[in-house]
Amino acid sequence: MFKSVYNWIDERLDITPLWRDVADHEVPEHVNPAHHFSAFVYCFGGLTFFITVIQILSGMFLTMYYVPDIINAYASVDYLQHKVAFGQIVRGMHHFGASLVIVMMFLHTLRVFFTGSYKAPREMNWVVGMLIFFIMLGLGFTGYLLPWDNKAYYATKVGVEIAASVPVLGPYIADFLYGGDIVGAQTLTRFFAIHVFFLPGALIAMLAAHFIMIRKQGISGPL
Amino acid sequence: MSNHEHHENAHKPAQRKEMSRRQFLSYTLGGTTAFMMGGAVLPMVRFAVDPLLVKKGEGTYVKVVEESKITNEPQEFKFTVHQIDGWYVSDPELSAWISKDENNTIFALSPVCKHLGCTIGWNVKGKNEFDCPCHDARYTKDGKNLAVAPNPLDEYEVKLEDGFVYLGPIKPNTRV
Repeated sequence: MFKSVYNWIDERLDITPLWRDVADHEVPEHVNPAHHFSAFVYCFGGLTFFITVIQILSGMFLTMYYVPDIINAYASVDYLQHKVAFGQIVRGMHHFGASLVIVMMFLHTLRVFFTGSYKAPREMNWVVGMLIFFIMLGLGFTGYLLPWDNKAYYATKVGVEIAASVPVLGPYIADFLYGGDIVGAQTLTRFFAIHVFFLPGALIAMLAAHFIMIRKQGISGPL
Repeated sequence: MSNHEHHENAHKPAQRKEMSRRQFLSYTLGGTTAFMMGGAVLPMVRFAVDPLLVKKGEGTYVKVVEESKITNEPQEFKFTVHQIDGWYVSDPELSAWISKDENNTIFALSPVCKHLGCTIGWNVKGKNEFDCPCHDARYTKDGKNLAVAPNPLDEYEVKLEDGFVYLGPIKPNTRV
């Protein structure tokens, strides 16, 4: 059944090369944990991506109930977590996944650093990886405000005040992030927009660049 | 493999049906992947369809007006209901057109036009009918649809207690 549907499409559109190109690549011995168990350190990049996918999915589902509004934000989070079936699990995935992404990304960075994989010709991929790192931190920072509880409020206040300590530009950055003078209604909507539209868009573009480059250049050689 | 598939090759020595290593690996990897994706996605799907599976609440009755104020001429009465809409709790105001028929039975009609949901009014055009301002739908005093609308006006459940009219959930018109 599946095969005949696939063949029907393939005859018309020749889709086999598309996924063959993505799926067929050698896994060199030195990155294969079946050969050297210590090669598990090469899994952290993939794990980061796996958790990122879960973050995107669970985030999409959370927005079915969440509202970025100072009156209703906390109430809607409370509702989706405690009243909706599996709400605790879906919000839990997003909450704990957010920390796990940072952990996995950090381990991935350490692996790249200690295997010297950032060296020529892969410098650009290191730079893109760093951009991904900062995008992830931005996602964490903006997402933290959204439940609109005390922790969210003061974390954002502290975060923006740190940003405000930047010489010369500081006050402008703070005004931009606050969308006004206080952590308030405008801060919440703008953090929401940044969290669900701007940063994920940038993240997907950067991830695409990251993956295209690693596929083009191949994985770095053994130590 | 079943017997009748076998009998053509009966002269050959019985073969053990073995799975190739590649097949075994793709089954286990595919199974594991499906299990992990299912574990991640199923809770989200259940989360998303929750409104479909929530039990509908029992309708409650709201005290609207004294029985003695009801006349043969339909009158509009406003009343508030307690509404819990997810995390948003409110007391929206609804209205009903309440009147008595020849047998002094009190009935209450919903003001929502059955054509496209506008709000009807009584005797707007002086013809002793309910009229809808949007597309000129018309109804009799009993809510029977005379023009444009495909169905008669809905009714509220009515309960009389201690000389007061109580209105409950909406039901399809039972008078026409």
